[in-house]
Parts: sequence; C-alpha cells; structure tokens
Amino acid sequence: MSSPARKIKLEAKPNWVSTRNPCKACAPMGATLVMRGIEGGVPFLHGSQGCATYMRRYLISHFREPMDIATSGFSEASTIFGGGANLRQGLQNVTSQYKPGLIGIATTCLTETIGEDMNLLLHEYRAKGGQAENAPELVHVATPSYRGTHVDGFNDAVRAVVEQMAAEGALPSAYTQSFLNIFPGMVSAEDLRFLKEVADDFGIPATVFPDYSETLDGPSMLKYKKIPEGGTPLLALHATPAARASIELGRTLRQKKTAASFLQERFLVPAKRIGLPVGVEETDVFFNTMEKVTGAPMPEKYAAQRGRLIDAYVDGHKYVFGKRAIVFGDEDMVVGMTSLLAEIGAQPILCASGGKSGALAKSIAEVTTHLKEAPLVREGVDFMTMAEEAEMKELKPDFMIGSSKGAKFARALGVPLIRVGFPIHDRFGGQRILHLGYRGAQQLFDQIINTLLELKQDSSPIGYSYL
Amino acid sequence: MSIDPRVVKDELIQIYPKKLRQKRSEQIVVTQKGEGGSVPEIKANVRTSPGIITQRGCTYAGCKGVVIGPSRDILSITHGPIGCAFYSWLTRRNQTRPATLEDPNYINYCLSTDMQEENIVFGGEKKLKAAIREAAQLFKPKAIALFSTCPVGLIGDDVHAVARELKEELGINIFGFSCEGYRGVSQSAGHHIANNGVFKNVVGLNETPHPEKFKVNVLGEYNIGGDGFVIEELLTRCGIKQISTFSGNSTYDTMANAHTADLNLIMCHRSINYVAEMMEKRFGIPWMKINFIGADATAKSLRRLGEYFEDDALKARIEEVIAEEQEKVSGIREAVKARCTGKTAMLFVGGSRAHHYQQLFKDIGMKVLAAGYEFGHRDDYEGRKVLPTVKVDADSKNIEEIDVVPDPVRFRPRRTAERIEQMEAMTEMEFRDYVGMMPEMDDDTLVIDDLSQHESDRLLEMYRPDIFCAGIKEKFGVQKMGIPCKQLHSYDYGGPYAGFRGAINFYKDIDRMVNMKYASFLTPPWAAQEKEAQQAAAD
Repeated sequence: MSSPARKIKLEAKPNWVSTRNPCKACAPMGATLVMRGIEGGVPFLHGSQGCATYMRRYLISHFREPMDIATSGFSEASTIFGGGANLRQGLQNVTSQYKPGLIGIATTCLTETIGEDMNLLLHEYRAKGGQAENAPELVHVATPSYRGTHVDGFNDAVRAVVEQMAAEGALPSAYTQSFLNIFPGMVSAEDLRFLKEVADDFGIPATVFPDYSETLDGPSMLKYKKIPEGGTPLLALHATPAARASIELGRTLRQKKTAASFLQERFLVPAKRIGLPVGVEETDVFFNTMEKVTGAPMPEKYAAQRGRLIDAYVDGHKYVFGKRAIVFGDEDMVVGMTSLLAEIGAQPILCASGGKSGALAKSIAEVTTHLKEAPLVREGVDFMTMAEEAEMKELKPDFMIGSSKGAKFARALGVPLIRVGFPIHDRFGGQRILHLGYRGAQQLFDQIINTLLELKQDSSPIGYSYL
Repeated sequence: MSIDPRVVKDELIQIYPKKLRQKRSEQIVVTQKGEGGSVPEIKANVRTSPGIITQRGCTYAGCKGVVIGPSRDILSITHGPIGCAFYSWLTRRNQTRPATLEDPNYINYCLSTDMQEENIVFGGEKKLKAAIREAAQLFKPKAIALFSTCPVGLIGDDVHAVARELKEELGINIFGFSCEGYRGVSQSAGHHIANNGVFKNVVGLNETPHPEKFKVNVLGEYNIGGDGFVIEELLTRCGIKQISTFSGNSTYDTMANAHTADLNLIMCHRSINYVAEMMEKRFGIPWMKINFIGADATAKSLRRLGEYFEDDALKARIEEVIAEEQEKVSGIREAVKARCTGKTAMLFVGGSRAHHYQQLFKDIGMKVLAAGYEFGHRDDYEGRKVLPTVKVDADSKNIEEIDVVPDPVRFRPRRTAERIEQMEAMTEMEFRDYVGMMPEMDDDTLVIDDLSQHESDRLLEMYRPDIFCAGIKEKFGVQKMGIPCKQLHSYDYGGPYAGFRGAINFYKDIDRMVNMKYASFLTPPWAAQEKEAQQAAAD
C-alpha cells in the first residue's frame, strides 16, 4: 500500500491469542501442489469453491503458471446432508473435461468438520462405475485447515499418495531395475530439475515425488494442454515399494510419519532421512548419501562445483563475516538457510517459522554447532511476533532471508530481504530459484554478498567503485 | 474473422453431460437486439456445478476482501483456520492514502483467530473474544469487523453475539458478518452481506455536517490501482464534495457520514446497489448509475452531476474540466487507434468491468468478441427492468433482506418524486436504474456467464483474440498460448484506468500488449523450417 507500516506501540505481552500477519498458509494448499506434481493429475478440493479459488490464485502468483484446482463446491445444503453427491458430480465433470490420469482429492476445514468419510465416499464412487476403463485413479488426503500448515498438508499428501498407490507384487519391467525414491519436500521447480539431474548423473533412475518442475514451469505452446506434460508418472508411484532406497529431504521431517517412513516400515525400503541440501555441509551429506545408495562415485562436475563454491566462500568471507541475519519461512527451508549462513560466517540471530513440527530447534542446533552464539529459534510464530522479538531483544539484523511475506517486516527494519522459498510474489522467477546443491549455494552466496555490497555502496557518501 | 458464435457456443458445451450442457446453454447467449431494444435472457447467479473450474470466489472473499477490506481503519479479524485470512491479505489492490503517517491503516495487517482442532471441537467464541480484546489493546481502533469462515457456522459460534458483548465491554463499534464461504453462489453473496452489515452498523453514525453545496458518495469504487484517487480529484476540480466512497480509500468515519450526501453515484452496480437502495429508503438520497471508465463515459457522468444539481456555475466548471482533459486524451487515442484498429478483445471479469471496459476498446477501434461476468446477476446483463422476473433460489433466500423504513428524523428526500420524473423526462438521466451490459453490445457477440476454465481454453483456441481480459487465475494459461492477458482485477499492478488520465494509461497499455511480438517466437526456426520442407515436398 502507499503508506509505510504504522508504528505500533509495544507492550510486553508474550503470548498472543490471535495470529497477526501469518507466516503460514493452510494445509490443503500444500496438498494441491503435490497433486499437481503427478503426471496427468488434477487437484480437487472437497469443500467450498472459494478454497480452490484462493489457493489457485496464491500458487499462480508464485509460479506465474496456470494451476487448475477443481472443487466439489459445497452449498448450505451440502453442509447439512453431506457432500457425497457434489463429490460424485465433481469427479465426473473433471473426468469429462480433463480426461485426467488421476484426481488428487484433499479435504478442507469444512468437510473435516462435518466428518466426511472419504474412504467410503470414494469406495461408493468406484463401485458405481467410476472404475471404468479410462477412469482416473483416485487418491485422497485429509487436510483439515485447522491442523498444521501448508507444509504439513504437502508432506501429508506425499505420504497419502504413496500409501494409497504403493503396489504389492509384480511390477512393470521399467521398475525391476534398481531405482531410487526421492521425496524432496516443498522446493522450487528448479530444485526438482536439479534433483533429477543428479540422479541422472549418478546413473540411477529416480522417482522424484512430487515433480512439478514441468507442470508448474512449462513452455509456451500454440495448442494449449489442459493438463501440462510432466509430473511423477503413475507407474512410478505404484512402484515406490521396489526402490533400492528412499531419500527424504528435510531435517524436521525425521520425527514424522512420512512417505519414506511408511515405505521403510511396510516394504523395508531403507529410508535415508537427511537435511535439505542447502549450503556445502548439507549438500555434502546429500552427495554422500547418493554415493552410498548408488555405489557410484561422485560425478566430476559436482566436485568442480563444490570447488568453485569453496573458492568463492573464501573470496567473499570478508563481506559477510559477522553479518546478522533473520531467517524465516517454511521450517526445512529455514534450517537449510541457517546452515548456509552459519558456514559462511554470518550470524543467524532469529530462525522463525509459522510451522510447528516440534523439531525446528533441534534441527537448527544440529546445523549451527560451530556458531559461538546460538540463534533464537521460534516455532509457530507470526510476523508481528518476530518483529516484536527483534525489537525487544534489539536483534538489529543486517539482512533477512525468507519469502515475500516478510517484505513489510524487512522494510520496517530498514534491511534488505533476500527472497527464497515460498511464496515469492513481489519478485520475478520464484519457481526458478535454485536453492539446492553446490550450484544453488553458489547462487545464494553471490546474491547475499551482492546485496550487502549494494547496501554499502548505496549508503556510502564517498562512492566506491571497487569493492 | 468470421466464426459463427452459435457454432462456438455448441462447441464450448458439447463435452458436458446432458444436464450440465442444458444449464450452460442457458448461461451462454449470442446477443441480438429485438423490438424496443430487448435482449435475450441469460441464466446468471446460479451455482457452478461441482468439478467445473470456475473463476468465482466465495462469500467471505466478497464480504471481507471486496467490500469491507478496503476501508483502512476498520480492523478486520477473520474468525477461522488460517488460510482464509492469509489468502485475503493484501491480495486485492485497493489502495489507500492516510492523511498522515500517524493515521491508522490496518490494511497491511492480517489478523486471524487461526482456529485449531480444539476450537473446532469445543467452540471458538472464547478465542475470538480474546483476539478482539488484544486487537483492541494493540491497535485502539474505532471499529472492528469480524468475518466468519466455513467452519464457524457449522460449529455454531455466534459472531454477532460476541460482537454485541465486546462492543459493550470495549466501548468501540464491533460488528460481525456471517459470510461463511459456502453460503452463496459466489462472492456476490458476500457483497450483499457486507452491504447489509455496513448499513446496519456504520451508516448514519457520524453527523458531521459539510458546508459544500454539491455532495455525493461514490459507491462500488474500490480504488484498484488508484482509480478512486482519480475520481475524487476530478470531482474536486469540478467543485463537488465526495463525502464517502464504498469503499476504496475509505475510513470508518466517512462511511458513517455517508447519509449527509445528496446523491449516490454507483460504479459497480453488482457489489453495492443494496446500500444505495437502503440509503434512499431511509434517508431519501437518490442513486444514479455512472461510469468513470473511458473518457467519454466520464464526461457523460460528470455532465449528469451538473444536471442533477441544476447549477449553471457547476455545469460551466464541469465543461471546463472536460474540455481540458479531453484535449489531452484525444491525441493519444488517435495515435493508439491507428495501431489497434481491427484487433479483437474478450473480457471476462467481475460484475461491472466486463461492461465498462468494452467502451475503452471501442475507443481505439477494437472489436469485442465475447464478454461475461464472473459473479453478475441477470440485471447486470439485461438491465434492472428484469428484476421482477428474476427467480429467487435457495442461495439468494439465504441472505437477509433488511426491511428499511424512512428515518423518523433524518429522512429528507433530496428531490421530490415529481422532480425526479421530470429530470428523467428532460435529460438522459435515469435514477435507480442500470441498463446492463447486453443492450450496449453489438449483435452476434458471445455473452458467457461464469466462464469456466475449459470454455476459456476452447474460446482462445478458436478465436485467438489479440487480448484477453480476466484475472490472475486465467492470465498465465492465456499467455502460454502467446496471447496477452490483461488483468482487470488488479490491472497487472498498473493503472489507474479511471477518468481521463486512466483512459490514457489504458490505451497505452493495450497498445503495448496487442502489438507485442512474442507470438511470432512460439514456433522455433527449426520447426518452421521442417514445416516448410514438408510443404515443399508435398508440392
């Protein structure tokens, strides 16, 4: 808006009841993103039509790509008599318009509150002929908006789809060879392309799930395709139990029941549960894991990327050493960014998220062991709480790292915000930011240094031209 | 381009099952003016069938996001799980301009009760009350509005009772809205609910008098991209005092003071006509549909104000302003027209813009191939004369109709019924009327209500218009095909487009968009060469 944020007088009051400027969205949104990452998949929200519209517009503002989400469009009557009829009609209409390979259904606060029995409803639908030859596969996930965040919805959807689609017994020939499952968490389209490239370079087929690298970052086309190409193939989702191992990215996920833990418990697929590979150390762990599970040596090109990155770290150290940073956003992205900051000599002072996994503090501690001063870690907080904390504790950051949602907070503090993660709707190309790997770290590092240099140059009365 | 719109209509709906096909065939019409300028009947404001990907929003979005949200010092608290508040946080581009930095502006804030599982099970009223108390303590607002999301109605939280109780306790105005998302056909239901609430709880509470001679309210203008600023500036230059807007750049006090105006001007008929009607019944303020989109439309609207106030000095000032501004517009319009003539446009947006913006395209020689509203009703298409024949369905019955009677003290008809009649007879003015979109459209043009994603995809394939006007949800699919999409909800973060200055902005933006060359890049050279080679071989 045209006016700067108004100065609010602070009174010490630690535990606010309401959420004031949230650092999280609701669970079904994350689930729809997962469903969009399946080949031929159409996301479907069981609830009010407004949910689909709001989530579409939100995801679209980040990806700048079309994102169709269907809905059962509840009316007052459906809240009383149940939404079975709407669901059936909705599934039929999506099938006739889109001819999808799969419809991925997520519930909402409305349908969870009235207690819709999705298993029963879908069973009935299938029994009544929804299982004809070209009928799409149906998967569903419970995502009541009053529980968890968009990231929880995302991870729950990954697990639900894997659980419901994992096939026992014989597999198509393409999946009798050795292959990997990679569950990357909520990362960018560019990150997904990176992970597929790594698997390729290690010479092992990989099922990356979800995979919206093409469905939400696709090409122009003269003839429009309602369902864009790309996405994790349905066959691959049936074959996940036959994988040699699952690699799951995200330290805060380790305590949770996830797709990887399910496959390990049920099908004895070893689960490698590691951090999001942001920065050198976390990326080293990732490549080590890849070497171990594939038995193949580290491809030369990544070793070269690592070499260049370390060289840059040394060259850039003087600009970033001791700089204080606030990191916020989705939990695993926060952990990754904190790890990167800690290893380049910056001081993360506040690591905060709207998510509340219970594992953020522990994860941050693990990636900041060599920091003298431990950062403040705040789970389940909103932006006003962060701002109050920053003011009361006189955190005085030099810069911030996080999503577009922190722009006003950064502006009020008068510090630059380096945009990473989700959502990014006030900069261009959020879906193409590479966060992962040595090359991702290189890009982030360059951006951090350049942001600090620009600040220094612009605020200097002398006028530097060599920095 | 000679595509028969009737064939297109059949093509759009042919994949639907029979019942749905029948319903959609009534929502898609081809314009054809009959005797006395009659237009075909269209089915509108009916529920979108499940599984059809609509661009419509929900009741909450219309109430909180559209009507109440733009008011900068009414503090909004969304009662519900976090999503609804998050998705409606600064997503509309209603600009606001507080007089000083110290003046409150709550638009930047997003407050939610962020309901958790235990609130769903045990009720959320206690949490809502606590949220109101802390918001009151933190912001010290004059007024707090509470918005219900889907689960609130289901678990039986009574936001109105909470509002009454806390209003008493805190001594500030607090009011609630039962705008649960599932309640209506679209955001339109939310507009109506917001109109009712603001009329019951805000209008008439501020008696500050104004010495100015000519006083109006501008209703249904949300100051997207600064349109409202342009309109207020124009009115001020003409010597007309804008008492309030509903609700772009508005404050609680100006809305509470609206009943002191002598005329209500309506921009977006769909979202605000209810308040205009109620204000006329209670306070005697007539209302008039005007349109500040397009230079000629703006001139016409300003002249009507001169006629209404029957003041020669005012009329003279209005003519001066029009002459001064039209001169600036005409040069640019002609230059742009030379580059845009013959190009084609489609508009699918809102409840008024798909109508208002057609004129801007005509100004620069462009042809409108198809248009439609996202959440309009029959009267927005066919004109208010059809109101007596509009069917009232269960969804409409759901929304309270307030019984309004003249205020015993403050009812003061600004013009007698006879005078209004005379004015209507003598001038082009019509009071309490909106002619609708279709009577002003060329024959044989497609009008489609609640265009679905599937229909929009097919329409683009068949026509490949030079520009498609819609919102962010459609934008990137359209642009994938190399066709530029102009967002008429957010103006693509540009604008303003209202008034004379806005028309110039719009002409320039459209010129840039319809003349861009990206479409020629869609086919890469190797594919083009291959095609040529195939062609040569075939020859």
